[in-house]
Order: sequence, then C-alpha cells, then structure tokens
Amino acid sequence: MSGKLYGIMAQFDSPGAVLHAAGKVRDAGYHRWDVFSPFPIYGLDKVMGLKNSLVGWVSLLMGGCAFMSVVGLIWFSNAFDYPLLVGGKPMFSVPMTFVPAYIMLIMGGAVGALIGMLALNQLPRLHHPLLDKKHFELASRDKFILVIGATDKKFCVKETKQLLEAIGGVHVEIVEDID
Amino acid sequence: MSEPALNLEELKRLAPPAELRRAPVVEGGPDLGALTDKLSEFAEGKTPRWWWVLFLPAAFAATVIFPTCLFYQVFTGVGVWGNNHPVMWGLDIVNFIWWVGVAHAGTLISALLFLTRQHWRTSIGRMAEAMTVFSVMMAGLYPAIHVGRAWFDWFMFPVPNSNGLWPQFKSPLMWDVFAVNTYMMVSMLFWFMGMIPDFAVLRDRATTRVRKIIFTFLAMGWTGSARHWHNYEKAYVVLSGLCTLLVFTVSSIVGLDFCTSQIAGWHATIFPLYFVIGAVFCGFGMVLVILIPLRKWCGLENIITKSHIDKLAKLTLVSGLIIDYIYLMEFFIAWYSGDPYEKWVFGHRLFGQTYMYLGWALIIINVLVTQLLWFKKIRANLVLLFIIGVLINCGMWCERFVIVVGSLYQDFLPANWGKYLPTIWDVGLYIGTLGAFFMLYLLFVKFLPMIAISEVKGATLQADPHHPLGGSKGGQS
Repeated sequence: MSGKLYGIMAQFDSPGAVLHAAGKVRDAGYHRWDVFSPFPIYGLDKVMGLKNSLVGWVSLLMGGCAFMSVVGLIWFSNAFDYPLLVGGKPMFSVPMTFVPAYIMLIMGGAVGALIGMLALNQLPRLHHPLLDKKHFELASRDKFILVIGATDKKFCVKETKQLLEAIGGVHVEIVEDID
Repeated sequence: MSEPALNLEELKRLAPPAELRRAPVVEGGPDLGALTDKLSEFAEGKTPRWWWVLFLPAAFAATVIFPTCLFYQVFTGVGVWGNNHPVMWGLDIVNFIWWVGVAHAGTLISALLFLTRQHWRTSIGRMAEAMTVFSVMMAGLYPAIHVGRAWFDWFMFPVPNSNGLWPQFKSPLMWDVFAVNTYMMVSMLFWFMGMIPDFAVLRDRATTRVRKIIFTFLAMGWTGSARHWHNYEKAYVVLSGLCTLLVFTVSSIVGLDFCTSQIAGWHATIFPLYFVIGAVFCGFGMVLVILIPLRKWCGLENIITKSHIDKLAKLTLVSGLIIDYIYLMEFFIAWYSGDPYEKWVFGHRLFGQTYMYLGWALIIINVLVTQLLWFKKIRANLVLLFIIGVLINCGMWCERFVIVVGSLYQDFLPANWGKYLPTIWDVGLYIGTLGAFFMLYLLFVKFLPMIAISEVKGATLQADPHHPLGGSKGGQS
C-alpha cells in the first residue's frame, strides 16, 4: 500500500490559525503548498501570492466570441444567405443585431466563467490523493488543512514535518498518491 | 510593529450599541461544525410527513394534469384554449410572463445582492435560485406550445435547413427565444456552480455508498483548495454580474414584445422597465410564499432569520412602490397623450364591464395591500407576510391578464371586439405548471443542499480570520 509521495498535511482549527501558519510556510521558502478550507479565507490569496484569476478573461473571450458570431450569423442569415426585407428596413445594420448578440454574450460569458473555473482548477477529477485521508473530510466541515507538496524544492519529510508541527498544525500526516 | 492584541471582551466593549449593530447572518452563533450539521440535516434526514403531504398533490398535478392538458392541446391545436380572434394572446402568454416574473426575484437576490455584498443573502440565495431555475422552465414551455405547432419549434432556432429558412432577427419575439433560453441556461449554471462546494460537503458526510457515488460525481473532485477558491470566487463574481444583466434584460425583452406593437395600452416606452419591476415584485411575493413555511418546517429559523424576512419584505415594498408609480404614469400618459384609443383602453381597465374586477383586484393588491409592508409589526408577522406574498402573486397575475387581454379585446374597430374566457385546458395547464414547479422545488429541498452551506459558513464571524472568533490573535499575520 505504498505509492508516490504526495506531500505532508497538517490540520488547523481556525481560519486565523491557518492564515498565520500559511504566512510562516511562505516565509520558510516553500512554493508548492496549498490550504484546503470549507470556504474561501479572506487574505489567503495575498499570503499565497495568487495573481488575479484568469477566469474573467476566459469569460470575456467566450462572451466576445459569442457576441461576434451572433452578429455574423444575423448578417449571414438575414442579409446574405436569404435576404429578408422587413418593413423597408435595411437588410443588415449593426444596431439591430445588438439585442440577440448581447444576450448571447451573456450566455457565452457565463459558460466561459464556469468552464474557465473548472479548467483552471483542473476539474472535474474523480480522485485526489487527499480524498483518501480520513482527516481530510473535515476540510469541508470546520477544519483547515495545509498541505506542502513533495514536489517542492525545499521539501524534506523530516524538516517539513517539523515545520508544520512548530507552527501549530495537528494530525501532521504523510500523504501518498496510491493508484 | 504589531498592534495591541484585541480580545473578545475588548471587542464587545468597543462594539456599537445593540440597535446599531448589523443583524448576524446566523443566529445563535453555532460553531462551524454544528452549522454544517444543521445545514445538511434536511437533505440527509428522514423525509418528514409534511413533505409527502405537499409532494403528492404537486406530483399528481405535474404528472397527470400537466401532460394531459399539454398533449391534448398539442395533438388537437390551440383551438382548445379560449384564445380566438381578437384575443390571440390569452392565458398562455399571461402565464408565460407571470412565470418569467417569478424567476426574476431569485436572480436579483442571488446575483445583485451578491455584488452589493449583502451577506444576509447567503442564507436565502440558493432557495431563490432554485425558484428561478424551475420557474423559467415553466415559462419557457408556454411560448413553445403557444406557437400552435410545437413540432415546428425548431424554426425559431438558427438551424441550417434544406428550405434555406432562417429566423427573422428583427423581431423582439425572436429575441425572446434567445433571452428565455439564455436565462434558463445561465441561471442553471449559476445554481449548479454555487452547489459544487456544497456537493463536496455532502460527499464528505455521506454515510451510504449510493450517496457517496452520486455526490462524488456532482462535486467533480472539489477539494476546497485555496487556489480553487480563488478561481471559483472570480467565476462567481463574473456570473453574478452576468446574471444581474439578465435580470434587467429578459423581462425588458418580454416588454418589448408588447411595446413594439401598435396596440393601445401596449405601445409605451415604459414597458421594459414596467415588466422588470413587475417581475421582481411578483418574484419577491413568491420568495415569501416559499421561504416562510420552509424555514419553519425545515427548522431553519436561526439561518433564515426574522431579520432576513424583514429585509425581503422591505425589498418587496420598494419594488411595489415602483410598480405603483408606473401604474400612475400609465394612466397619466394615457390621459395626457390625448389619444382616444389609449384613453378608452385605460378607462376600460377599471370601468369596463368585462374585466373591471381584475383591474380593481390589481389596484387593491398591488397598490393598497403592499402599503401594509410599511409597518414593522406586519413585517414581523410571518402569517400575514405569507398571505401578502400569495396576494402579490395573484395581483401580479391579474396585472398580466389585464395588460394582455385588456388591450386586445377592444381595439380600434368596434366590429373587431370580442371577449376572452379561458377554457378548462388553459386553467388545467396552469395548474399543471404550478404542480410541476412545486414538485421540482420539493425534490430540490429534499435531495440537494437547499442552503448554500459554504457561503453561510463563510459569512459567520468564525470564518473571519481577522476576528477573535475566527482565531485571530490580533496584529499578527
């Protein structure tokens, strides 16, 4: 039952404690670590040095594409492929395309936001090494779990474990990726 | 340079007096674990009797009355309804607008109140979103069968076909197809995305294998990683912004269906706004109708607090007042325009023999009953609020009827006048959609996380890393 080493996890009792601990881990020079919590913790992004999420751009891109393709569709269908004269109005004019195009911008933007979020998070996935750990179930309840990944350059089972214990983590455990 | 440590006692001393403090999102201050238990209790526990008592009639309406009326109409033709010349838009369109309206308050609560950082919305947002999703489904059905030949519905979509036919994009009716479908799709996405972390909660709590498998699939591997939350929150903001746009777009386009026509009583620039506000008002009525009993029966009094209901009632009042202003303007403009047809239509809304009772019902409910919400005592009386919620839904239904039928039955030529009475198939279909709505809603309440677990937890003081209850030691980190 031994697999690839994934990392070391430690449990904290409050968002304040884990935020404090996250600062210490960062100061110790680690880069590949993460915090798992039942809700987003205010201020953690800053400690982890996370840049503005790309989701907004994915959404804008998909929304923009949807907008432009509806404008194109209306031109193609009502003015080019089957010109349709309605009330003596021009076959095609940009303002007239606005409403359907705008509606589809919303649609594209929304789909883009969801897909962008899932893609950037590398979801959906049905398995995660942490989900095998009994204690990890509490991360969706009331506990906060800090994990330092084995791929980190500074990672060393003994030292990392000591660090996590020193900054107040309990149930410090080694996580293995069993496949 | 750390600031002096703040402890709880000191915070209490520094806090403003009780009457100035913001009401807590969750009353009783339970710890996060107990809160999780409480919030997932209903979806995990035994089905209570009241649920069956409500579910069975709703399911009967949804699975017997609804398909019967639907299939009879589709196989026979729209002639089974009361719609006929000159009233070509009858209960089908009335109910369409009504259902779209019910949906709007859900989006407004979940999206607009999120953007304005109203934390109290976390407790009711999910239930309001579910209301949106199910009522848009009901709304979307009506235009699809109102066209008469439902098997030609695909004509409304830009599908390449051998006849070379395309939709006519200059018509607001065409925009409506896009608007309603987008609304349904986007509100479902928003609803579903909000539930992903809560599916993970239910997955981690699952005691049976079946539950574990189902929620594992639904949660899609959500772990609650800070990096994931970071993207998730961004996506949530973006979706909220887009949904807020939809609140103001969908009913506006429904309003455009009316105001681009030449019919007296419809041909008014105020219509898009009128329909949006009417929709929101009607939806708040429905939120009150749904929330007040459920908070009691599901034991959620500490989560959906009286203060939240009070705020909802205030929002209902605000939207009601805007509606009242629009009524006033409508009558004023009809008189001020000097147009005899306009004057005739509006005169007949209140004094025409055929439908005057509906006109007065809407005035009494939407104008007079709404004013009761000014009083704090009435906003605190849940039974009264429930009744007001039901009345608002009836009032708004009357309004839709008066607008749709009231303008059509007597237009420019007296030779062209007629009457409209719904038939049993009109009424049956409406009952069927009501049944389907409540059936879906009850299933949602029973099997899915009906309160946004992670959002509510995130809105408590225990979740604030800079508050002593959230583990802050003051001045550090």
